Amino acid sequence: MAGTRPRILVIGAGVTGLVTATVLAERGAEVSVIHRADPATRASHFAGGMLAPWCEAADASAALMGPGAEAIDWWAGHFTETRRQGSLLVAARRDLGELNRFARRTTHYRICGAPDIAALEPDLAGRFEQGLFFAAEAHLDPRAALATLATGLERRGVAIRAGEATERDHDGFNHVIDCRGHAAAPALPDLRGVRGEMMLLRCPGVALHRPVRLLHPRIPLYVVPRGNDCYMVGATMIESADRRAVTARSAMEMLNAAYALHPAFGEAEILETGSNIRPAFPDNMPLLRQEGNVLHLNGMYRHGFLLSPAFARRAAVIVLGEDTTQPGEAA
Amino acid sequence: MRVYGVELPSRLLLGTALYPSPAIMADAIRASEAAVVTVSLRREGAQADDGAGAGQRFWGLVRDLGVRVLPNTAGCHSVKEAVLTAHMAREVFGTPWIKLEVIGEDDTLQPDVFGLVEAARILTQDGFQVFPYTTEDLVVAGRLLDAGCEVLMPWGAPIGSGRGLNNPYALRSMRAHFPDVPLIVDAGIGLPSHAAAAMEMGYDAVLLNTAVARAGDPVAMARAMARAVEAGRLAYEADPIEPRDMAAPSTPVIGAAVFT
Repeated sequence: MAGTRPRILVIGAGVTGLVTATVLAERGAEVSVIHRADPATRASHFAGGMLAPWCEAADASAALMGPGAEAIDWWAGHFTETRRQGSLLVAARRDLGELNRFARRTTHYRICGAPDIAALEPDLAGRFEQGLFFAAEAHLDPRAALATLATGLERRGVAIRAGEATERDHDGFNHVIDCRGHAAAPALPDLRGVRGEMMLLRCPGVALHRPVRLLHPRIPLYVVPRGNDCYMVGATMIESADRRAVTARSAMEMLNAAYALHPAFGEAEILETGSNIRPAFPDNMPLLRQEGNVLHLNGMYRHGFLLSPAFARRAAVIVLGEDTTQPGEAA
Repeated sequence: MRVYGVELPSRLLLGTALYPSPAIMADAIRASEAAVVTVSLRREGAQADDGAGAGQRFWGLVRDLGVRVLPNTAGCHSVKEAVLTAHMAREVFGTPWIKLEVIGEDDTLQPDVFGLVEAARILTQDGFQVFPYTTEDLVVAGRLLDAGCEVLMPWGAPIGSGRGLNNPYALRSMRAHFPDVPLIVDAGIGLPSHAAAAMEMGYDAVLLNTAVARAGDPVAMARAMARAVEAGRLAYEADPIEPRDMAAPSTPVIGAAVFT
């Protein structure tokens, strides 16, 4: 019955493209993916990989909570190294007022005193008096997760091809879904770029088991364990589509945050610095928009890993109709 | 109020940083009916290598509101940096207005008043119309006016602290000392009551950002601030009563009927 399967072209192999391709392929569509070969062009290559709907909701929107909770299960089902260890939020003494504000704006946490923090993260013992623990949150290594999705797609016979998609490439497909992130900005006048910068550190002197956020009056800075003594530190938020390398100022802010969390980060090896552009619409929430024969799924902002599963499911409903299979029955 | 020859329809100036999203920022600015919005050049990414200004879509969102823009030199720590940022801002935003910040101390973000006066002099000579973020120091205020500033913006409290008017006595002195200079309380406002208090003292306007942007409902807080600024100004113009130590009954007691 191969001839009756809808043929769908997904443009882009960042988290939005690969999750969308996976969801469509699981629903039986014949999917092709076309993408730029260089992973460093993708915003998700530099993502934190935190699946933290309740932390993110405090500074963004409560609308993240539902799709975000769905994402944790989705990733756990598709990437076995998804770590469901929760996440910890701490504040320096001078910013404790910010902690109260944060707590008022979200749910799914318990307030931790110093002993709780020490029990969760022994290396942070004695360093912070108060924090919030979000037990249901999770994290993953974005690069490993995306590689796993790509392998899974290839195993299902999905063609993944490098190149720039032209109009001619659309021929022969029932639907084209554009998941290119900020690269699609010329077609989406209200899409803007929000620059983010990150660093990868190797620091055998510190052992953290879950993402730790340091409350900061301006930007949420966090340290995410990546295994093998490696930590991702991120991320700045700058209203700009500037793609240049990390600035000294941002590097200082990020390293300061890591150092404030634990002085042993002062001895860390800087393995990598990176910067890229988050795609965002004015309300900082993603949307699905039909432009001609192309369905755009874009505007993931800070929340590509968190929102892709729910929005890919919505994209699948648009191009394939409602999913009538029972849970557990999916191909 | 009138500043640098421009009549402003509102006495509230609002910042554009720290909102949960640009959409909420736009709604808050509309609700505030602010006459002026401040924008930080750093966030605009004017230095993009494509030459067009990589932050132009964010800037476009601000521009679409039709509100006058006051670029600032937020985060500058030296005269040179502030002057350079001001020049870039003039190019990007097409206005000679510049809110001049030269930060002297990182914990309080207190202005470096020496650098401020020097930068104000340089920028005025370069044709800028400078809005200096200063302290309530009268001597510094005089020097800023000498440097060519036609408006002064003393702090209420450290930026983002939300503490209100830390030194009401000094702010009152400043108002009394410079009765004809437009004075704007800039920074430290946390609540509408703080904004109203500044206006009741006779300040011409209030500039705030964090109190609205980081409120749980920025749009509602913007509306509250607009009303507070208006109420404070009305009260100032209405010539409030003097406080007194003893009660002054509002109805006459002598000759009142006695019911026994």
